[in-house]
Amino acid sequence: MAGISMRNIVKKYGDGFPAVNDVSIDIADGEFMILVGPSGCGKSTLLRMIVGLEDITSGDMVIGEKRVNDLAPRDRNLAMVFQNYALYPHLSVYENIAFPLRLAKAPDSEVDEKVRAASKTLELDEHLDRKPGNLSGGQRQRVAMGRAIVRDADAFLFDEPLSNLDAKLRGQMRTEIARLQKRLGITTVYVTHDQTEAMTLGDRVAVLKRGVLQQLASPRELYENPGNLFVAGFIGSPPMNFLPATVEGTSVKLPFGSVEIPAEKAEKAAGKGLLIAGIRPEHFEDASVVDDPGKGSTFRAQVDVVEWLGNEAYAYLPFEAPPEVQQQLQQLERDLDGEALRTQLVVSLDGASTIAEGDEAEIWVNTAKMHLFDPQTGENLTVDRSRAGRIHGHAMEAAAEQPAAAG
Amino acid sequence: MKQKVGLVVGVLFVLAWCLLPVAWIISLSFKTQESVTVGNPGFFPAEGTNAGLDNYRSVLDNGQFLDAIRNSIGISLIATFLSVVIATLAAYAIARLEFQGKKFVLTMALVIAMFPVVSLVGPLFDMWRAIGIYDTWPGLIIPYMSFTLPLAIWTLSAFFREIPWEMEQAAQVDGATSWQAFRRVIVPLAAPGVFTAAILTFFFAWNDFVFGISLTSTEAARPIPAALSFFVGADPFNRPASLLAAAAVVATIPIVVIVLIFQRKIVAGLTSGAVKG
Repeated sequence: MAGISMRNIVKKYGDGFPAVNDVSIDIADGEFMILVGPSGCGKSTLLRMIVGLEDITSGDMVIGEKRVNDLAPRDRNLAMVFQNYALYPHLSVYENIAFPLRLAKAPDSEVDEKVRAASKTLELDEHLDRKPGNLSGGQRQRVAMGRAIVRDADAFLFDEPLSNLDAKLRGQMRTEIARLQKRLGITTVYVTHDQTEAMTLGDRVAVLKRGVLQQLASPRELYENPGNLFVAGFIGSPPMNFLPATVEGTSVKLPFGSVEIPAEKAEKAAGKGLLIAGIRPEHFEDASVVDDPGKGSTFRAQVDVVEWLGNEAYAYLPFEAPPEVQQQLQQLERDLDGEALRTQLVVSLDGASTIAEGDEAEIWVNTAKMHLFDPQTGENLTVDRSRAGRIHGHAMEAAAEQPAAAG
Repeated sequence: MKQKVGLVVGVLFVLAWCLLPVAWIISLSFKTQESVTVGNPGFFPAEGTNAGLDNYRSVLDNGQFLDAIRNSIGISLIATFLSVVIATLAAYAIARLEFQGKKFVLTMALVIAMFPVVSLVGPLFDMWRAIGIYDTWPGLIIPYMSFTLPLAIWTLSAFFREIPWEMEQAAQVDGATSWQAFRRVIVPLAAPGVFTAAILTFFFAWNDFVFGISLTSTEAARPIPAALSFFVGADPFNRPASLLAAAAVVATIPIVVIVLIFQRKIVAGLTSGAVKG
């Protein structure tokens, strides 16, 4: 087992486009690290550079104490689970799991012992003689994991391992992977575009956008203290709402009216002109069901659509945004692989709320949780740096000096 | 029901079309020489002209014919083996690597495959005599290889392209060298392609007549199709038709056996190769 340390890793393809640009990540021994981002953000490329399937243009890749830039994949002693599992269809499940051991010329008795142990862990005992083609998706996934855990690898690498499974199985396998990793205590790097997987599995999460590391922090830090507009929009479902906002004193002017924010937040954003306010859906509520409205403000707005889910309801409130904000939000939407048709506010209401479509409702908002972003740079002006891990940009160096806020 | 009848009729027609000549050769091989000479048009030998296995016995007693069989089997197998090995490596490179002139190689391969055999025989005859491989096994193996390689390369590179890259990468991560990944993962997965290429190559070599008759002069290298044409009995104007028929049947047997063996491999390979990881 070993930690993995990436130092200023750059990957340029033939046309000079940097698919991965100056990424530095330290993964501690036994840590579960997630690389997450929309498609084309370089997360898979980064993983493949760790395992040695892609050349590194510049920077250092250090596994344990050893620089591995020029080592072939077979000499790096890493185990990888591929997106399509990459099982060997001509070999039985037993031989698939035994393959790395056979290559290492392990004696038959050792192979048998290790394969049986792995198959027991993954509950594959009854399938050992079958060919991968006769297995279900979940079983194939387990065989791929068996092939990884049968070796004493320094680290596990997962490349979107659950994206080919249906929703229910995905949830089960996710828990299974988390349990396995905790039990084996082995360093793990896990690539996904699914933010649920990112939030639930990782000790820490690295959010990437177009090859650049945006923020490296624990899931909670990412959720509560996103470093910029991109991270804020990427983490959370339904995503954070972004509204045009102007700060005057301690009041913020939103399309729905003015609300009061805490003084220390207002101070950070003072005199910046037009900003983007970010508020998560759950920080809104139907004013009529709020017990203690003291901490926030209320405003009235027309409800367009209501989606009632039982335990909660999502209400959609359309609004108009000024062109400069609109443009920034559309760009953000493109970065996130999405396509927003209109600017609207999504608010999560208590299941007991009786707000119906077409009503003009009184909505309460917890302004203490509001973030304010600079529309030009996308930077979060109100971020709590001591609890935000490492953020890309000017703040990066400053934050990096505070040791291991991430734990 | 109607469709089924149509299917049966169709199948019978195709079978008759393909197998009637074969059946006739077999019938001929059981008739005596006299029976053929005097005219005996029936499928079964007429009364008193049944040769039994006599024709086969004399064919197998004939040293010339045995040499020819040995030559044919040896030359065809060696040509097939070499051609498939080279084609596998070449096709792998073409499917996996980006290199300059890849298109050129593929086009040239096709051009060579389409080149008329007859136009090459003259020059080859001269060259082979000059370098001393006229009437030897290599003298036939080389042209057979060069004419079957293109097809084998095209077939195999199509198969290799179907195999996901990840298979190989997985093997490399699991600790395999490039060669181990190729031999233990890629080749088994491409087995149906390998056997298809092998069968095509073997057919070409076994059935070739033009090279066989032009580039050989003695039993040292003459393959069966050429040998059959030299199979002349006592009377040059009266060729031993029934004996030739028996020889032709014997020459067909290895092909049938090989097809049956390889076909099984192709089917087995197809089912296992179809499974994508």
